[in-house]
Amino acid sequence: MATTLKGSGVSPGTGYAAAHLLVGSIPEPPKGAVHDGDAAAEKARVQAALEEVAADLEARGERAGGEAAEVLSAQAMMARDPGLADGVDELVDAGVSGERAVYEAFGAYRDLLAAAGGYLGERVADLDDIRDRAVARLTGAPMPGVPGDAAEPYILVARDLAPADTALLDRNLVAAFVTEDGGPTSHTAILARAMGVPAVVGCAGATALVQGTLLLVDGATGEVVIEPEPAAAQAAVATARARAEALSGTSGPGATADGHPVPLLANVGGPKDLEAALANGAEGVGLYRTEFLFLDRADAPSEEEQQAAYRAVFDAFPGGRVVVRTLDAGADKPLAFLPPPGEEPNPALGERGLRMFRRHPDMMAAQLGALARAAEGTEAIPYVMAPMVATVAEAAWFAEACHAAGLETAGIMIEVPSAALRARDLAKVVDFFSIGTNDLTQYAMAADRQVAGVSELQDPWHPAVLDLIALAAGAAGAAGKGCGVCGEAGADPVLACVLVGLGVTSLSMGAPALPWVRASLARHTLDQCRAAADAARSAPGASEAKEAARACLTGLGDLGL
Amino acid sequence: MPQRRLIVEAEVGLHARPAATFVQTATRSPATVTVAKGDGAPVNAKSILSVLALDVKKGDAITISTEGDGAEELLDELASIAGAP
Repeated sequence: MATTLKGSGVSPGTGYAAAHLLVGSIPEPPKGAVHDGDAAAEKARVQAALEEVAADLEARGERAGGEAAEVLSAQAMMARDPGLADGVDELVDAGVSGERAVYEAFGAYRDLLAAAGGYLGERVADLDDIRDRAVARLTGAPMPGVPGDAAEPYILVARDLAPADTALLDRNLVAAFVTEDGGPTSHTAILARAMGVPAVVGCAGATALVQGTLLLVDGATGEVVIEPEPAAAQAAVATARARAEALSGTSGPGATADGHPVPLLANVGGPKDLEAALANGAEGVGLYRTEFLFLDRADAPSEEEQQAAYRAVFDAFPGGRVVVRTLDAGADKPLAFLPPPGEEPNPALGERGLRMFRRHPDMMAAQLGALARAAEGTEAIPYVMAPMVATVAEAAWFAEACHAAGLETAGIMIEVPSAALRARDLAKVVDFFSIGTNDLTQYAMAADRQVAGVSELQDPWHPAVLDLIALAAGAAGAAGKGCGVCGEAGADPVLACVLVGLGVTSLSMGAPALPWVRASLARHTLDQCRAAADAARSAPGASEAKEAARACLTGLGDLGL
Repeated sequence: MPQRRLIVEAEVGLHARPAATFVQTATRSPATVTVAKGDGAPVNAKSILSVLALDVKKGDAITISTEGDGAEELLDELASIAGAP
């Protein structure tokens, strides 16, 4: 019988492929390791490994082209270096094992380059990469890094994934993600949903899997079956594909089965995300993150540059709403063109979001001005909202600034618990709310999103979080104003029904989740959503809340959820 | 043994692309090719790691040596690579 690992399913879908373990570093071959006495054979073995590494680097360079090709071909030259080969041969002749000889021969050059510093010092990382690749080949250990050149789709298995690991991932080659750590708002989960790749996070035992093991991953249930019966696995994949087709069968504006409209909007990080949003039937944009305009640059973007970026998104949704979130920077995402923020032991609780605008009101004025001008003459309905609002005074200050700039619809994010608790007062001074469930959960549960050890607490299913959402949505509804959700919670097709039941009026999410949420809403009535919301809030904990809600949502089975 | 002595003019010195081109060109020759910085010990010019480790910067003098058929032509070619601004 096949063994099964269990984690949290955070991105639905089914993947069946061989595991590729992402390893951080290759262990140093033990000092004093010797070979079996046949020096000639050992030398040939090392030479073959180095040549394979070189050929692999070269082939990847050719595929990548441009600057990457040059860098990789220089690395290939290093792997083929005759001086290095001489060093290896000498060591092997003295009895040292091949992998240890590689390690030591590279070490000699490594020290020289590191001592030189500057440009040469930076080549040390290249050298280490080649060394690790050669040692991995000699010892049969998994290759470091994400495979850039896999011929077949693979399942990426790692402790956790960093943005640097995933920058070059090819959607067509990654069948699924499985990580040992991480929660529903980890980088892996967000990336997987953005790519539309199935993912299981927080999966104990994942990193102990053997390289190349066939896995069947269910991104909805969180099950990872090791070496499944091939026929059954292929059937599961076929079922998942059929289900995906059922999903694409639901189209049009978001609504419950009984016709209660719930506009389905897309989260976008810039004009580059518009294509996916439109392809998945977004009715507008529920969260336009504007940070991309400001981060990683020496000077503030000009008003013209800002206008062009905003205009591109407005123009994509004539007649639709586009909710723009003003700059959300802080000590963890400092801006090079502003005076450095003070040292903050916990940037999540520091001077970020609207708090930063309070210190730099000129930045806010420039952004609001650019937004107002970008909105002129477009057919989109611009909404503007501020992140990290804690008090009525902050909300009123922001709304007045928006109105003064000529932006009619000004709202705030509800992500600080104080804002949810006092939503009734806040609803009097702003035009709409949008709940950022990731941060609201982090702050309500006092569980840092960056800390894997508290990932169980970073779950929006916790009834305390649902209570805060109910408070905010209820206050908005009583004031006749809208209350959307733009956090990851809205992308969960089960939780989406609960949110609607709690009184949320629109849902915004990464584009690939839109068909799932649309299909899930279409299979349930507003009454069922309300019953699910009541059941969830009556539960004592997150997992019980999810179970209780699922019991009320009878249409989930159709979708394999 | 035929030699060329010259001053490296490239901004990056004998690093990066000039170093790679230099080593690739030396590697085409069946003969031994060496390069030395200043009065230092010569190293294998076919070894990118050895050439990089010389840490030749703009303005440094280097001596390239080789022998055999076509030695002069090879030295001309290597000197023009290493001496190019």
